[in-house]
Amino acid sequence: MVHHSVAERRALARALTRIENGDLSVQDELRAAWSATGAAHRIGVTGAPGSGKSTLVSALARAWRLRGHSVAILSIDPSSPITGGAILGDRIRMRELSGDPGVFIRSMASRGSVGGLSAAAADAAALLDAHGFDFVVIETVGAGQSEVEIARLADTVVVVEAPGMGDDVQAIKAGILEIADVLVVNKADRPGARKTVAALQAALDLVPQTSGHHGVAGTALSDAALDAGWVVSVLQTTATAAEGVDALVDMLALHREWLHVSGVGDARRRRRYSQELRVRLREQLLLRALQILGGDGYDAALREVAAGRRTPLDAARELAAQLIIGSEL
Amino acid sequence: MSELTQAPVNDAAAGTPQPRLRILIAKPGLDGHDRGAKVIARALRDAGMEVIYTGLRQTPEMIVDAAAQEDVDAIGLSILSGAHNTLLPRVIDLLQAAGMSDVPVFAGGIIPEEDVPALMQAGIAAIFGPGTPLEEIVSFVRARTAAHC
Repeated sequence: MVHHSVAERRALARALTRIENGDLSVQDELRAAWSATGAAHRIGVTGAPGSGKSTLVSALARAWRLRGHSVAILSIDPSSPITGGAILGDRIRMRELSGDPGVFIRSMASRGSVGGLSAAAADAAALLDAHGFDFVVIETVGAGQSEVEIARLADTVVVVEAPGMGDDVQAIKAGILEIADVLVVNKADRPGARKTVAALQAALDLVPQTSGHHGVAGTALSDAALDAGWVVSVLQTTATAAEGVDALVDMLALHREWLHVSGVGDARRRRRYSQELRVRLREQLLLRALQILGGDGYDAALREVAAGRRTPLDAARELAAQLIIGSEL
Repeated sequence: MSELTQAPVNDAAAGTPQPRLRILIAKPGLDGHDRGAKVIARALRDAGMEVIYTGLRQTPEMIVDAAAQEDVDAIGLSILSGAHNTLLPRVIDLLQAAGMSDVPVFAGGIIPEEDVPALMQAGIAAIFGPGTPLEEIVSFVRARTAAHC
């Protein structure tokens, strides 16, 4: 396990702030860190508000710490769309991790723009990864598509559900079952837990399971498991009492091994890099395009759209054609 | 002025977020409730700031550790228990040891008038008694962090 000095932790915290602020000077740190990324197991944890995600993440971190691993937690909560402010309260549930030099917790607000957040979260996760944390947890509220995208920055996605939140299983309603590698019914000591497990298991039967790649024997995973791909399990935890958490730790380790052996892990990472590259390419092309067109060219196109003479797509195509000589409309 | 230079085009599309003030609100000591701290947290949130709220029963060590990881621009502490004369200077000392004496600390809760001068002397930037208008606290935070944002 790595050990960071107080000064190193502070420097890391400041770099994370510059990432959040879109301050390009942080590229120096990211550039230096980039080749060292990829060693951490990145785990996305998502679920409805009130499912006990933060408490579960805290219990997971404790279990990893007892096994001698270091843990970074990126806890993402929505910004107020009206004021842009946010109350980030996940640390309340992570009190027992406080003061542990092997744990680094950072709260992040979504700050409105989905594209901006996933780019910032990706860079933040990369920096934490490169700092040598064994586990990087990205925790988000699983209420909508944007959070789903962020959870996809992870190698392994855990979807957390709790009983007694109405008749509906929230994860099914939010459409986030498809992204789960592991499902957890937290607060399993509460009435209705078994019903929630059953509902999830029934819903899973309708979800297409990740297809496995074949081959590579001689690991803890049987050939049969590989042939069948990864089977999403429903685990039960009571995070407040650390019950079921060891089983979850083991399941996450098993998933990581499966990712490695099956080749799915590499495929996922390539997809993630491709997504990050596309986001950045789109951003850079737009910036360059606006520079080249200048304010007048852009404003002229905007007037055409506003006056009802061009659709936005037609206007954008014409602008693009002006930029790229020889291209067709 | 070209519409190009106005916010929405560059902001949303190019994903360049605006810097935001980040404020840690914590309750050191053994207080039983945190209504006051939550009211302050909401007021700062409504003023557009990002508030990292750590909840009850925080030791000075936990507070400074959190402030470092969250890279906050200011720290607000609420104390009702009467332990302010030991806890508040301890936070200041730990901040200094961590090289964070540039982070202003303000306090609220129940702090008798006669204790205020010594606490200010120890390095607390402001003390807000019960009934302080929220706008006053927001203005203070804005003024003391003006250089950060």
